[in-house]
Amino acid sequence: MRDTLTGSRIRERRQISGLKQAQLARQVGISASYLNLIEHNRRRIGGKLLVDIAAALSVEPSVLTQGVEATLIAALREAAADAVGQSAEIDSLDEFAGRFPGWAGVLAQMHRRVVSLERTVETLSDRLTHDPHLAGSMHEVLSTAAAIRSTAAILAEPGELDAEWRDRFHRNLHQDAERLAESSKALVAYLDQSESPDDRQGLPMEEVEAFLDQRGFHLPELEGGEYGDDLVQHGLRSAAARSLIRQVLKQYAQDARAMPLGRLREALQADGLDPLKLAARFSVDLATVLRRLAFLPEDVLPRPAGLAVCDSSGSIILLKHVPGFALPRHGDACPLWPVFSALNRPLVPVHGRVTFLGRSAAEFECFAIAWPQPVSEFGHEPVYRSVMLVVPPGDDKTRSGAEVQLGASCRICPKTDCAARREPSILSEGF
Amino acid sequence: MSRKVLLIEDEPNITEAIRFLLTREGWVVETHAEGGNAVETILAARPDLVILDVMLPGKSGMDVLRELREHADMKALPVLMLTARGQSRDREMAEKAGVSRFMTKPFSNVEVLTAVRDLYAQASRS
Repeated sequence: MRDTLTGSRIRERRQISGLKQAQLARQVGISASYLNLIEHNRRRIGGKLLVDIAAALSVEPSVLTQGVEATLIAALREAAADAVGQSAEIDSLDEFAGRFPGWAGVLAQMHRRVVSLERTVETLSDRLTHDPHLAGSMHEVLSTAAAIRSTAAILAEPGELDAEWRDRFHRNLHQDAERLAESSKALVAYLDQSESPDDRQGLPMEEVEAFLDQRGFHLPELEGGEYGDDLVQHGLRSAAARSLIRQVLKQYAQDARAMPLGRLREALQADGLDPLKLAARFSVDLATVLRRLAFLPEDVLPRPAGLAVCDSSGSIILLKHVPGFALPRHGDACPLWPVFSALNRPLVPVHGRVTFLGRSAAEFECFAIAWPQPVSEFGHEPVYRSVMLVVPPGDDKTRSGAEVQLGASCRICPKTDCAARREPSILSEGF
Repeated sequence: MSRKVLLIEDEPNITEAIRFLLTREGWVVETHAEGGNAVETILAARPDLVILDVMLPGKSGMDVLRELREHADMKALPVLMLTARGQSRDREMAEKAGVSRFMTKPFSNVEVLTAVRDLYAQASRS
């Protein structure tokens, strides 16, 4: 049986070693996002990479592949927590795993499979709805399949068919079979490419995020506060993506100029992560602080920081993921995220503690603010954007902030009786 | 009097198969492969029933349907909509636009024929 928990063990060992994902990834020569996929058991691992990771974590590769009971127990605990309408005997977990390791392994594996399928549903549902390329490809495949089905059914009918019609339908069938083969191959190739986080080729915004992701959302070239176009000339395929990244990088350089890295490092060491204090110290607005914090290297900001920027229609225009933070890229997000609620009260700093009602049950501290875009003429209505910084919860419990429970999108959110619900959840329909 | 169906579909081999099936059932089948001037074509052809694809060049079938229903004498015209997208939101959108029946690809010939017969019978009764 293929072992499916190697990634979890790598994560466990890395955390024991006190290494950050990015540090381990750098040591073994892969991207942090790819390591993240491995750690969540979404990529197989073996061979040289496994040996390298084991060496970096100072353990034998077999410890990672064969695992220890603790990993199994953690997975069972997760399965018990996720069970709906069924309470498991948590106190007897150790005994269960010890007496029936095979059954315990099966249960843990089934649970991981469910988690993985739910993630797939989330991703595909989001993309099918909003990715024009995918929607077009699916339409092509299904239309061709419809033509084949109809034509084949006519040819299969009993009785004689007029020779002219018969020849025409045979010809059509042949054409459609060829088309279906081609369009299916193209679709599979597209989906395969999209599997790799380093090679997303969908919408321009995805290209921009892949560009930033590859650089760990930190660009030393811009830390001097000067924007140069050289960066944009390499690594982006589409003109639309190049245009978008220019805006992002110009803003980055401007923010870096207002909050230089050296002084910011000192301020964070002195005051910790306190966006309002930072805004006062650097005499900048809160939006600048939140954007700036999301583009810092890990050795400067002690907590991994995610970022979401949206316009006043709620469309996400920049997204930086961190583990557990899942905001749909193409809309349909939960309106309870502070990045959206900040739009209700422009210029008012919003702080919230968010519990994500997914399988991960991740918790975050969110800081957000909506700020107006410059207008060129008097009398124009202001157009707002909203920015949200997402970090794991800190120790400071004194900061006031709403407690919010939310899900990735209505379709896969288990929360009942929610004022923000737009459509029923498939989880309630027995997925 | 012969019954006329207008099939608006840009996939020629689907058009061919449906035309064959309906012609055999005694329908006069006219075809059109574009969304841009589909409403004008329907208004000119005055069919008893329309089969309308959603993804059409020029204008989506959904927009064609909305515009069609703005014409007072087209509110009751039976429209069978064909789509590759069967999600509930698409179905809801089609219902809001005034669809008579919604069918997802790939459909079977029996499903199409049954839907056409039912829709025509309902329209004849009312």
